[in-house]
Amino acid sequence: MNHRELMSGNEAVAVGAAEAGCSFFTGYPITPQNEITEWFARELPKRGGVFLQSESETGSIQILLGAAVAGARAMTSTSSMGWALMQEGISDMVSADLPCVIVNVQRAGPGGGNIHNAQMDYLTATRGGGHGGYKNIVLAPASVQECCDLTQLAFYLADKYCNPVIVLSDAVIGHMEESVEVKALDFGPVPPKDWALVGKANRKDGKRRGLNISRGSMPEPQNPNMTYLGHMELLDRKFKAMAAAEVRYDTYQIDDAKLVLVAYGSSARTCRKAVDLTRAQGLKVGLLRPITLWPFPTQPIKEKAKQGVKFLVVEDSLGQLIDDVQLAVEGRAEVHLLGMLARHIPGPGGFIFPNRIVAEIEKLYG
Amino acid sequence: MDKVQVYKQPRLYIYTAWAGMKCTGCHLPIIERLIAEVIDELGIEGRTIGIMGVGCHGATFAMIDVDFMPVAHGPSAAVATGIKRVLPDAVVITMQGDGDCSAIGAGHFLNAVHRAEKITVIMTNNAVFGTTGGQMAPTTLIGQVTLTTPTGRDPSIGYPAHIAELIAPVKGVAYSARGAVNSAANYQRTKKYLRSAIEKQLNKVGFGFLEILSACPTDWHMSPLESLKWMEEKMIPEFPVGEFKNVDRVE
Repeated sequence: MNHRELMSGNEAVAVGAAEAGCSFFTGYPITPQNEITEWFARELPKRGGVFLQSESETGSIQILLGAAVAGARAMTSTSSMGWALMQEGISDMVSADLPCVIVNVQRAGPGGGNIHNAQMDYLTATRGGGHGGYKNIVLAPASVQECCDLTQLAFYLADKYCNPVIVLSDAVIGHMEESVEVKALDFGPVPPKDWALVGKANRKDGKRRGLNISRGSMPEPQNPNMTYLGHMELLDRKFKAMAAAEVRYDTYQIDDAKLVLVAYGSSARTCRKAVDLTRAQGLKVGLLRPITLWPFPTQPIKEKAKQGVKFLVVEDSLGQLIDDVQLAVEGRAEVHLLGMLARHIPGPGGFIFPNRIVAEIEKLYG
Repeated sequence: MDKVQVYKQPRLYIYTAWAGMKCTGCHLPIIERLIAEVIDELGIEGRTIGIMGVGCHGATFAMIDVDFMPVAHGPSAAVATGIKRVLPDAVVITMQGDGDCSAIGAGHFLNAVHRAEKITVIMTNNAVFGTTGGQMAPTTLIGQVTLTTPTGRDPSIGYPAHIAELIAPVKGVAYSARGAVNSAANYQRTKKYLRSAIEKQLNKVGFGFLEILSACPTDWHMSPLESLKWMEEKMIPEFPVGEFKNVDRVE
């Protein structure tokens, strides 16, 4: 039912999931994502879905795996430490070709860190943080509307590729409130889940099925000659298909820009303000915002690098996104970092404010 | 001389390449047969989904003609939870080792117990980590020599874990028992236990658990016959065979 509503980014993730037909949610309490879990506890049973509070994030991801095995449109959400605990299960699900959506509303690390804003899970999200060097699509919302829309897209992409899809939000995006147009998005048909384990009597051919997180390392009844490298080749094909078709990004004032800011999530919102402030001074500054952190928008950054622009990466960490920008630039252009040490206060909850970004732009603009 | 049939392959038993993973004298193939017979007798093969942990037991349901999935080391009870919550009419059974269930997977297992999940967990107990070569498990006996207790398990590192007794008092547990397959009598008794453990799930009563003692001659460094003797003299006195809980209503 289409309507407009004022809500937080966390609520918008949940509302988007419901619009996408999410029928199973499991999660464990952790700040700053609790509103998502609480929304599902309250709303999902009313809509005929299943909510289950897990025993831990290692539990969440394995319960989620079970729900995906049974064919449900399934999701969990967590924040950074919980995200770390989920890594083995995510690797399992990639290997077994299981679709699911995992939302990480990032908080600060390392170690105990704190419950406030940060963007420190970029590398574990984009590099396949668990064992085995797998790949998964990572979507980074920068507004409450995008929390709703990208969560729906995440379910579609998960089913399309039979792979986990990560929504990488953060404490700022999760807790700020904006007006959202709530609308079910249609991305097209997805393949049938004929691989799901539902009991052989519930299958047309009456034959049993098996799934396996270590497919290829052991012979399977369906694939008696399947080898480990045969399995890796199939995974490689899946990763390459995602990399080729799913790059998404947004640009702001970059056509004539001499300096391009690169940022995602809440930092991209601050950067947009910094672009407006510096444009008002006559400086040609633009913003390139990756929406998919993996696959990364390498090509547009490479094009800009060839035109001789300078890059300033703004991220609320000690520098993670900057690695991908440097790889895209291939040494053709200057790449600078404005990281979390540029926050306005030393305690938790500090921000890299637009005026601090403006000061850095003025220093680098030349 | 008349031919005497000493072994009849269970109807649901599938001879896959995974069968070759077992050593001489291992009890796991006997347990696989037992599970196949019980699933057949209960008439639930069409809606059974078997989950296996990591270990020699990791092939169990691949050998039985039902839907199956081997998962990571430890989380079988969590995976089974996800499946059962989505498909309440499915029969979800896990097959786990003592290390899988009571060491690395203890958190998942105990929380599934506390949530009174309507699943059946089978835990084979061979008192060692079998697949990795015979290291100490939570179930290792006092004095038992393993690769990581080279002078025998000492009480300073604790006592053998009694999982069937441990979970019996939990309200959501409908059934908890310990069986063995070292004799024909124990085989029949354990079959009855498994039947009851699965029936609690079919009747949506509560959590069903069955521990099965299982010989591992390779890692015990014994012959199959010596293993049977050790089982009778050492293992069964420590881990008594029997039912610890059997209720038709949990509350």
